[in-house]
Amino acid sequence: MPDTAKLLEVDDVTIRFGGLTALDSVTFDIREGEILGLIGPNGAGKTTCFNVMTGVYQATSGQVRFDGAPLAKLKRHKITKLGIARTFQNIRLFKSMTVLENVMVGADAHSKVGFWDALLRTPRHRHTEEESTTRAKELLKIVGITARHDELAANLSYGDQRRLEIARAMATGPKLLCLDEPAAGFNPAEKVKLMDLIRKVRDQGYTVLLIEHDMRLVMGVTDRIVVLEFGRKIAEGAPEEIRDNPAVIAAYLGVEEDEDAS
Amino acid sequence: MTTTPTPPVSAPTNPLFRLGLWWDGVIDRYNALPRLYKVVLVLAFALFVYALPLVRPPLIATDRIDFGGVMFACAAYALIALGLNIVIGYAGLLDLGYIGFYAVGAYTTGVLTSYHWAWPFFLALPVAVAVTMLTGVILGAPTLRVRGDYLAIVTLGFGEIIRICVKNIEWLGASAGIKDINHPNTIGPAPKPPFDPGGLFAIPRLEWNGITPSLDHEHATHFLVFGARDAIPYYWLLLTALIVVLLGDRLVKASRVGRAWEATREDEDAAELMGVPTFKYKLMAFALGAAIGGLSGAFYASSQSGYISPDSFPLATSFLFVAAVIVGGSGNRWGAMVGGVLVAYLPERFRDFADYRLLVFGLALTVLAITRPEGLLPPRRTRRAKMMEAEIEQLEEGPVDA
Repeated sequence: MPDTAKLLEVDDVTIRFGGLTALDSVTFDIREGEILGLIGPNGAGKTTCFNVMTGVYQATSGQVRFDGAPLAKLKRHKITKLGIARTFQNIRLFKSMTVLENVMVGADAHSKVGFWDALLRTPRHRHTEEESTTRAKELLKIVGITARHDELAANLSYGDQRRLEIARAMATGPKLLCLDEPAAGFNPAEKVKLMDLIRKVRDQGYTVLLIEHDMRLVMGVTDRIVVLEFGRKIAEGAPEEIRDNPAVIAAYLGVEEDEDAS
Repeated sequence: MTTTPTPPVSAPTNPLFRLGLWWDGVIDRYNALPRLYKVVLVLAFALFVYALPLVRPPLIATDRIDFGGVMFACAAYALIALGLNIVIGYAGLLDLGYIGFYAVGAYTTGVLTSYHWAWPFFLALPVAVAVTMLTGVILGAPTLRVRGDYLAIVTLGFGEIIRICVKNIEWLGASAGIKDINHPNTIGPAPKPPFDPGGLFAIPRLEWNGITPSLDHEHATHFLVFGARDAIPYYWLLLTALIVVLLGDRLVKASRVGRAWEATREDEDAAELMGVPTFKYKLMAFALGAAIGGLSGAFYASSQSGYISPDSFPLATSFLFVAAVIVGGSGNRWGAMVGGVLVAYLPERFRDFADYRLLVFGLALTVLAITRPEGLLPPRRTRRAKMMEAEIEQLEEGPVDA
């Protein structure tokens, strides 16, 4: 297990929606440079966990710290600027913008260009624009949809839309890239390609948090895994440990009597 | 087995689609030209538009009502549509009370140049724009936190509040309105009624007898006299402002700002999570839209008649502004301007049917909403998406009948 600095710490986080406890005292952390898998059956609280980290929800109690600083009360776009980027389980692209423009919106996250720069076409505007374009094109190349950069996002195939989401998130220059079920709806061949892509992304220096249903994919690509069930963390460890963990097996396959129900 | 001929995948035959294709063709051909040609072409087009009220092309010119005045109204509506297009078309904020900003701009000009002070028009103009922009920020700061329909209702209320306030505040002229609003300053010798029309020189207009034109020196336009006699100089001034705004719009749209607007319109949450400070950009769009509305209002107040009253700003006109943007093609600046011009021009051209014009207008809008919900000239990308949809539909329908 790589023993690098903690990038993100989820510290005793609880979230309640009325009477429903979506997350119950969950604690784990993500270390720099690793690929962490967050798994669990449907409704276990994986996406809720994501939403706390990206500022969509506020924790009822507990704290999320990024690079040592608490995230609570920060505006969502500020959190993105700090270095957390995400994709969405149900694809949320800017549909009537082109592929390149979608990525450039992400790349603009750190841009200081404002209205006057744009109106007066200052040198700063020109530089930033060139940089963003170059960067966006590089990212499209990494995820492998360069050829379609001028297409409308809505006209891409499902798989390409997922790839575009990854490129757009990477464009914001994150330290931590959160992928919310990136393989949903993929066939096995596409999943293999996605695994390669995720590794490639990590090798570029990003830390990756991966929410995924597909066990093979999660086992094949992650360094560590955190398992949630009913809002509680039931296990944490390397993929091999998780695979043999009785609690995890029970959560996924049910207890022994129901074993054939898988 | 007979091979069923696959139906050729062609563009949809809807004439409005063809309008879009034709427009694409025009743009493509223009883009392919060498730079020098482009400049010449644009200048020629601009010159033509400037000269339009003097040329008075038959069929287009209105004979029952002063054509210069109609052209002024067209340019005013085009400017308004351009401003509202930033709010509705780019940022996706439905603003039903845009007339409120128009009124604020007009009244600021009225108060500064006539009712309480006697500032020259060109000094009052920037102040009017600034005041309107500030109004936009004041209205937008609390209300842009609500989304969708709520915003529409709030802005609707704003438009009505402004009119009712003006009607009841003595300091703003109440129901009687403000008259004798300063015209823009005349360039060249001032007119000395009744015989000296003033101005540097006179430009005759064309008079058409069938298709043979002749010069009409009787009704010459005096350059550049802003008086009560002739609306054409006002048209020229407004058109110049329109061109400046158009250029600004183009620059800002093709930048980070434009992308942020569009991303916010498409999916506000996703935009926020991609690092777009959506509130800031919504407020910016709202304030810019307001400023352009105020600019247009200032020109309206100081136009030929130099008179405004609360009745000049009914809410129905506000809907007309929105209609102009939607009819023309929300999100495309040329589409919006075409919409503005049509909305201003058609009722004047067909004054003969004056009694029925609202009825006809309503019918036309309904038909358009059904057959062409994205407007006459939507952004190219919307057309592309639509075309692709139609193509897929055709392909899907094709083999089934075999």
